[in-house]
Amino acid sequence: MSDLPKPAPATPLTPRRRGIIVGASEGIGACLAQKLTREGYILALIARRKGKLNTLCNEINSMFNETRALAYVHDAANYDEVPALLRKIVADLGGLDLIVFMAGVNYPPGGIGNYNFKNDRKMIEINLIGAMAWLSPVAEMFQNAKAGQIVGIGSVAGDRGRIGNPGYNTSKAGLATYLEALRNRLARHGVNVLTVKPGFVKTEMLKAAQGATPFAITPEKAADDIYSAMRKRKQLVYTASIWRWIMLIIQHVPSVIFRRMSF
Amino acid sequence: MGFLIQITMHKTFTQFDNFGHSLKAPSYLIQPKSMDEIYSAFKLAKKLGLTVTARGAGRSYNDASLNGGGIVLELSAMNQIIKWNQAKGQVRCEPGVTLEELWKKVEPDGWWPPVVSGTMKTTLGGCLAANIHGKNNFKMGPIGEHVIEFTAILPTGAEITCSPKKNADLFYALIGGYGMLGIFTSITLQMKRIYSGLVTVDALPVHNMREQLASLLDGAPDHDYIVGWLDTMAGGSSLGRGQIHATRYLREGEDLNPRETMKVENQVLPPYIFGVFPKSILHYFMAPFVNNLGWWGVNAAKYIASLRRHTFRQSHAAFHFLLDYVPNWELSAGRNGLIQYQSFLPKETAEAAWTEMLKLSHKNRLPSYLGVTKRHRPDKFLLTHAVDGFSLAMDFKITGNNRTKLSSMLQEFDQIVLANSGRFYFAKNSETTAETALAFYGKETVAKFKKLKKRCDPNGLLESDLYRRIFGN
Repeated sequence: MSDLPKPAPATPLTPRRRGIIVGASEGIGACLAQKLTREGYILALIARRKGKLNTLCNEINSMFNETRALAYVHDAANYDEVPALLRKIVADLGGLDLIVFMAGVNYPPGGIGNYNFKNDRKMIEINLIGAMAWLSPVAEMFQNAKAGQIVGIGSVAGDRGRIGNPGYNTSKAGLATYLEALRNRLARHGVNVLTVKPGFVKTEMLKAAQGATPFAITPEKAADDIYSAMRKRKQLVYTASIWRWIMLIIQHVPSVIFRRMSF
Repeated sequence: MGFLIQITMHKTFTQFDNFGHSLKAPSYLIQPKSMDEIYSAFKLAKKLGLTVTARGAGRSYNDASLNGGGIVLELSAMNQIIKWNQAKGQVRCEPGVTLEELWKKVEPDGWWPPVVSGTMKTTLGGCLAANIHGKNNFKMGPIGEHVIEFTAILPTGAEITCSPKKNADLFYALIGGYGMLGIFTSITLQMKRIYSGLVTVDALPVHNMREQLASLLDGAPDHDYIVGWLDTMAGGSSLGRGQIHATRYLREGEDLNPRETMKVENQVLPPYIFGVFPKSILHYFMAPFVNNLGWWGVNAAKYIASLRRHTFRQSHAAFHFLLDYVPNWELSAGRNGLIQYQSFLPKETAEAAWTEMLKLSHKNRLPSYLGVTKRHRPDKFLLTHAVDGFSLAMDFKITGNNRTKLSSMLQEFDQIVLANSGRFYFAKNSETTAETALAFYGKETVAKFKKLKKRCDPNGLLESDLYRRIFGN
């Protein structure tokens, strides 16, 4: 848990936007944390690895010379921890306006002839159930407060089930559907739900990808795209944006052809 | 059980704001109906590691009834008038009773609350927590001076009964303690005898700051209430101009038919203006004028209209509850809301300090839209805001891009007030820092308060956003 001093209290003339990033220690999460704190957010940063998390928090707080990022160590698979941790974070932040669920793992089965239930299960446990464990109570809070923004990181990989990594496809497709359902529930209460679908991003996870990685972007670029979509309160954003058109085509490839393709 | 609490907690997550609609804070809402339920809330808070703030009608302009991420105990369901002694004019109420419910109860019997705020929507618990003052502060002091006795529950679960004689240290600290020591569970108040439902108002123009303050000072002894409107946009030799309303109760016999004028239906504010225009939507039509140019016109027109010296009679409700005259008037400031900055200055230093502050606001092109002056006297309460002098309350509209500039100007104002031995009032001021609070309360007072805090609330359960701002860390 964080032992930093509490952030400065909000006043009418110094209002605060307060957010949580689950999965913040590296990659897009870390870049988005830096971006959002620069834009004035106070953030609770959550990750498994304490060392990296603290380094990031210190970096951010020393940049502004005040507490803008608080660190909380948590494994997204420990669902039972979530309610108490969420309550503590909301109290520490003095409210909540935003949650970004960024945590995700990708364990390909290693070849199209291989099946690995253990890995599939891990991906569902983190990418999908982990997201539901956080977003479900936050959605309930936001619905009752009639305000807030939820950002979930899906993937272009969730748009079709492909031969390479069925478990990952399923986890991200499930997340996208879950986010859509939340959006339909919450839009009438003034809550925005944004689904982000990154293509290839130059992070640790990219190393797991097999084959070519076209249109790969930096995590900074992905964070900028996400923030811009958040500001516009969009419901869906592809990053890089070209994936919108690529996936439009791929989504419409008939199964009779798609099942014969090797990607 | 723990799981059940989680579920219900998220369901109660509610966005709260303040009277100026300038600050929002989401909290878990609990609406207790009894002292036992307040105590259960304390136990729940302790178990969950959360803090608790009491809230009445949410009519403070700042963060006094907000507790972002914590529990808000809304006491509006505890709104019974427990006992009304018509002969003595003494009333015992639960804390959620509003001034509106109170005056409607006592006025037909020839009594009026001794001290009221500018809106009648406030609850008695809130009035005591802020130790509100009225336009008669110079004569009647704050509302706390008319409390015969109160009971309160402390976070330890202890029930206490306090009066000026019994538990006097807690009496003078809980009243004006902004709910940071305990929560009122019943309040016994002495009402003021009246002989008419009307008051007589002398309205006279004043042409500058010196006249404004001199009129308050000289007019006060001969009247029951005195209040000044200050045209905050006028500069130069007219700086501080405005109008004084000096008001007195009618004496016995002056009103030939007091039974009639004291009827509630003859007190209520008319729902229409010009007979046909519903006031409930008036704030929409005000909104276009709430900008620097538009409001300069409104102020100038009001000043010209006020130049005629005259005397008139009006009902108590119409005289006191100006803020209720246009329902939701505060919405006319727009989506960013408004803040109120009120400073209390000794009569010797007020003129110079406010002249400097108004000039500063003109120079920064951040004029206040409404200025109200009052006459005050000191009182014995621990966290008192009163001085032997005057107060000036100024409303500022927040816009999308004036926050930074307004914020630094108000910090300059704070320094001017401190340099002139002034004080602040935490039902109003939203930007005062912990350093400023320490400077005007004084180290000794703050130490005394913190000692009482430890005694009443050893686990630090009672915390509001205001508490964290002015006493925090």
